[in-house]
Amino acid sequence: MTTQSISFYERVDGALHDASLKTALSRATERFIGNRAGAIGALSDEAALRDTARAIRAGALSRLDELLAQLATNVESRGGTVCWASDGEEARTYIAELAKARGVRSIVKSKSMASEEIHLNHALEEAGLEVVETDLGEYIIQLAGETPSHIIAPSIHKTREQVSELFHQHLGVPLTDDIQTMTQTARTALRQRFLKADMGISGVNFGVADEGAVVIVENEGNARLSTTVPRIHVAIMGIERIVARMEDLGVMLQVLARSATGQKLSVYTSMISGPARSGEEDGPEEFHLVLLDNGRSKILGGEYAEALLCIRCGACLNACPVYQAIGGHAYGGVYSGPIGAVLTPLLQPDLPEAYMLPQASSLCGACQEVCPVRIAIPDMLLRLRADAVKAGKAHPVEKAAMRGYVMTMNNPAVYRAGGRAARLGSRLIGRKGRIRRLPPPLSGWTHGRDFPTLSGTSFGEWWEEREKKRKEAAQ
Amino acid sequence: MTTKPGRRRVTLFVTCIVDQVYPGIGQATAALLESQGVEVRVPRGLTCCGQMAFNAGFRDEAYAVAGRTIEVLRGSDDVVLPSGSCATMIRHLYPELFQRSPYAGPTADLISRTYEISEYLVDVLGVADVGARYSGSLAYHDACHGLRFLGLGRQARTLLGSVAGAEVKPLPGHDQCCGFGGLFAVKQGAISEAMLDQKLAGIAEAQADLIVTGDASCMTQIAGGLSRKGSKTKARHLVEVLANMTDARQ
Repeated sequence: MTTQSISFYERVDGALHDASLKTALSRATERFIGNRAGAIGALSDEAALRDTARAIRAGALSRLDELLAQLATNVESRGGTVCWASDGEEARTYIAELAKARGVRSIVKSKSMASEEIHLNHALEEAGLEVVETDLGEYIIQLAGETPSHIIAPSIHKTREQVSELFHQHLGVPLTDDIQTMTQTARTALRQRFLKADMGISGVNFGVADEGAVVIVENEGNARLSTTVPRIHVAIMGIERIVARMEDLGVMLQVLARSATGQKLSVYTSMISGPARSGEEDGPEEFHLVLLDNGRSKILGGEYAEALLCIRCGACLNACPVYQAIGGHAYGGVYSGPIGAVLTPLLQPDLPEAYMLPQASSLCGACQEVCPVRIAIPDMLLRLRADAVKAGKAHPVEKAAMRGYVMTMNNPAVYRAGGRAARLGSRLIGRKGRIRRLPPPLSGWTHGRDFPTLSGTSFGEWWEEREKKRKEAAQ
Repeated sequence: MTTKPGRRRVTLFVTCIVDQVYPGIGQATAALLESQGVEVRVPRGLTCCGQMAFNAGFRDEAYAVAGRTIEVLRGSDDVVLPSGSCATMIRHLYPELFQRSPYAGPTADLISRTYEISEYLVDVLGVADVGARYSGSLAYHDACHGLRFLGLGRQARTLLGSVAGAEVKPLPGHDQCCGFGGLFAVKQGAISEAMLDQKLAGIAEAQADLIVTGDASCMTQIAGGLSRKGSKTKARHLVEVLANMTDARQ
């Protein structure tokens, strides 16, 4: 076992022993699951809507180059600037240099997983810029010096008690367990930041090619402020987050809000198609759209292309019993949960433990069941496991076990003899029909579970005996 | 498939875990089928569907084991398994494993005649009541693969609803994974146990005498947790209830 794999297990272990995390996760995921079920259930034909959503996404990906070009042309025709960033470095450099050239000192950000993916905040702070996250959850984890542990609820791992403590420490306000009061504290602190900022950076939920617009959905109004108050707006969009037409957007917004938070529609849906035009009072002087590839075009033609259908609703995280148990940070990548276990090995292949993440799944299929675009996540996790084995990353004990497995299963004589030995062995180490401690490599089983002792006869042996007796009786 | 008019014949694939660990589940499955007038055959040399290797990412090894299984199951009988998980391996995962291989054709043929036992009883034979009796309460756990990849659950509930004397109770979190997941249970033992704890919490709430499920693997996980915690609740396979064999083992 490598040191990296130990540290994955250590993170899991830490998460499983973190009582606050358990409380926070179960409170939040239960609420998300219930809200989603209600909102999806209220649709007259949710199955058809999800099929349509999937078809829209798949259709867009099948002509991604064309749609991106259309989006870019339309954005530019309205006075926006488009940056084609092939990786994080290009995106970071573009934004940092833009900030420098325009004399930017203070930046407000609304939620963007793409910016997390390229570690943008760190790069901008290195360049001497002040960056403030304005989504409440993002603001909380920025104060705590942490990373998001959920796609749409970045501070899902924090209890209200922990947030109160954080605000008390950093903002000097009294401790409280009233969420309204805490929200008001953040609102007051952030309002000053919005007014002071020279640049606003946002993510993008969907780019609409025919309209030349980017769409941002949110519930707090911070994205609307971030994109309209500062004189420069930079939107970062993963290149796959595109739909062809405005009609498509209607479907996608429905499934996104219902799957993510259980709302019919998010509180704010902003469509931005360029800087403020002459005569318009609102809006920034400059609009820059950063189209971020960062590994996506490589995924597009391959066996994991389906992962690019993802609209980042987070429903698979909430539904996943593994995520519910360990939370997002244990995964170690930018994206967590089932879709993170697929995306991380693809988008962050250099992360030493990325190959481990597909192992952290019981393959129960709850993720696929709730996915608004029906991504076959379990099938992809299985393929990623196969990739890891092919790359020689399997543990030697497991490799040996698999050789033994084939030899046993494909040789009935060995299978029978092995079975007899195992059944006898089980009765030697078991008492009163149960085994409380199995030898390695199966000792993990009996850490918290018993195993039954096995009967003297296998089904196959019993059946053959029965058939023999029947034949004799018939003669 | 019929051998003579009115007589169905099936190949029973009990799966490796049932063969070696729970022979009673195999016996119960055979008894159920025979009680419905179905002739049961068990081919010599049938061992494992290959799922363990496939799920671990060892596709060459899975190909070797599953390929042999395809050979053993060649023929025209319907194939019945007391496992939604192994039936999922055949119906959902063999196509990927055997795509562009000489087994692609035989795979499609095998899939067209492969059934999980509750599905075979209810959907193929049209049976709702197998004449079982159980005096006590039971609650049903939907094993994940059968539920989400084969759309099972309705059939087992139909059959359990007809068990004379049994009170069927709701199980909170009935469709939540028990945490077994094959080698996951050992390789990610800590997570698996945390998931089991959630499952056991729902089971404690249900207050049933029996937790019934359609997969021996999930049953082992749940039973292992119940036994370790000293719970009075027992875990049983669906066919053990339906064949009046709930007392055949501890």
